[in-house]
Amino acid sequence: MRELHVGEIISTLENLFIDANINLPGSVIRAFEESIDKEDSPVGREVFRELLRNAVTAKEERIPICQDTGLAVTFIEIGQDVHLYGGALEDAVNEGVRRAYKNGYLRKSCCDPFSRRNTNDNTPAILHTRIVPGNQVKITVLPKGGGSENYGEVRMLVPSQGKEGVQAFVLDMVMKGGPNPCPPIIVGIGIGGNFETSALLSKEALMVPLNIRNEDPAIADFELEILRSINRTGIGPQGYGGTVTALDVHIKIMPCHIASLPVAVNIQCHAHRIKEALI
Amino acid sequence: MEIRRIKTPLEENVIESLKSGEKVFLSGHIYTARDAAHKRFMETLREGKPLPFDIRGQIVYYCGPSPAPPGKIIGACGPTTSSRMDTYTPTLLSLGLKGMIGKGKRSKAVKEAIQTHKAIYFGATGGAGALLSKSVVSFETVAYEDLGPEAVVRLGVKDFPLFVINDIEGKDLYEAGTEQYKK
Ligand code: SF4
Repeated sequence: MRELHVGEIISTLENLFIDANINLPGSVIRAFEESIDKEDSPVGREVFRELLRNAVTAKEERIPICQDTGLAVTFIEIGQDVHLYGGALEDAVNEGVRRAYKNGYLRKSCCDPFSRRNTNDNTPAILHTRIVPGNQVKITVLPKGGGSENYGEVRMLVPSQGKEGVQAFVLDMVMKGGPNPCPPIIVGIGIGGNFETSALLSKEALMVPLNIRNEDPAIADFELEILRSINRTGIGPQGYGGTVTALDVHIKIMPCHIASLPVAVNIQCHAHRIKEALI
Repeated sequence: MEIRRIKTPLEENVIESLKSGEKVFLSGHIYTARDAAHKRFMETLREGKPLPFDIRGQIVYYCGPSPAPPGKIIGACGPTTSSRMDTYTPTLLSLGLKGMIGKGKRSKAVKEAIQTHKAIYFGATGGAGALLSKSVVSFETVAYEDLGPEAVVRLGVKDFPLFVINDIEGKDLYEAGTEQYKK
């Protein structure tokens, strides 16, 4: 049994959330660079140049990529041979978030659903935990803005709707969002399981690095087919019209009930902020 | 891409010459206001009181910035979705507001009011908050300080990068652009 003080969780989370909000992953920056060649619209190409300049400015000036520094989505995989001590895990996670949003000058965007009163420290975090083999703890953070999250949905399709139904659902969400989720977008699709697992799968799909395909060749082809259809909509960067509306599409899939076809679509904006650490 | 430089207050002949799809660098002053501030504007007007600043000829920016780190004028300051302000916009345009900066499509009523009152709607690149912060040269809270990031702030800007979305001829970059590249 490995002993691990929750203080390590707190400081790791603080660093990860600040880092994620300021430094875009290299894969996203490369995708912007490649998109300048792929994009037919001159206005669209100019948007990509702005996004590249934005990423550089954020890094150099240590200013967030986007002012919507999101809800603090946190995934933790805890090795079953780890014993956490020194406090409750959930409290530690919230403390890490609290420190990051204060010390990193990040915007607090968490409020009561009805009174709209801000919680003032961006807690509670959206925490997902999983027990895995081993004696390490893996933390992934994904600060997620409201503009793109608003175009997510879970639908219980009829099994006969099949792949066509899934594709039509995704396109429906992309069209509904139009310019609002800040295209170019990344689309996470969760298929199967039940109502709540499909939603979780769609979020996990967003965590797959850009240009990494599903290991099942048929699903990998389906990802690319959906990507091409999104890029035919004409929405383009920022919705100003163009040929690069999405940077990538990822699918996570698992078996479901014989009577169901649960599908969830989760949209991510180009400000695809994600960082991970292994303790 | 060719970029035109324009300044505030926007003169009528400049507004008339702006074309949907063009990129401009804006210099001068703009006023931040989003959901909560707009709501208060309407309450103020209903009570027959004047707005906290003279909006004639001015530009509002739908923006709630992140906190300024030490030594900086402002934090990240990209646009928020404009459509949430649609219900309030025609009233403000009728009072002499000349420009709006945000992201996303406007309602039919707003687009009509833009034409009627000879105004203009610009898009700032959503999610380019760090880049946009570099064009902000001054920051002065004008009203509603209690609203935190939603307070009304007068921003001095220099070469603030924008695209013209809705012009006075009724053109709409979102619609025209999507139509042009749809396959
Ligand atoms: S959708 Fe993303 S990029 Fe756009 S404002 Fe929200 S967080 Fe920022």
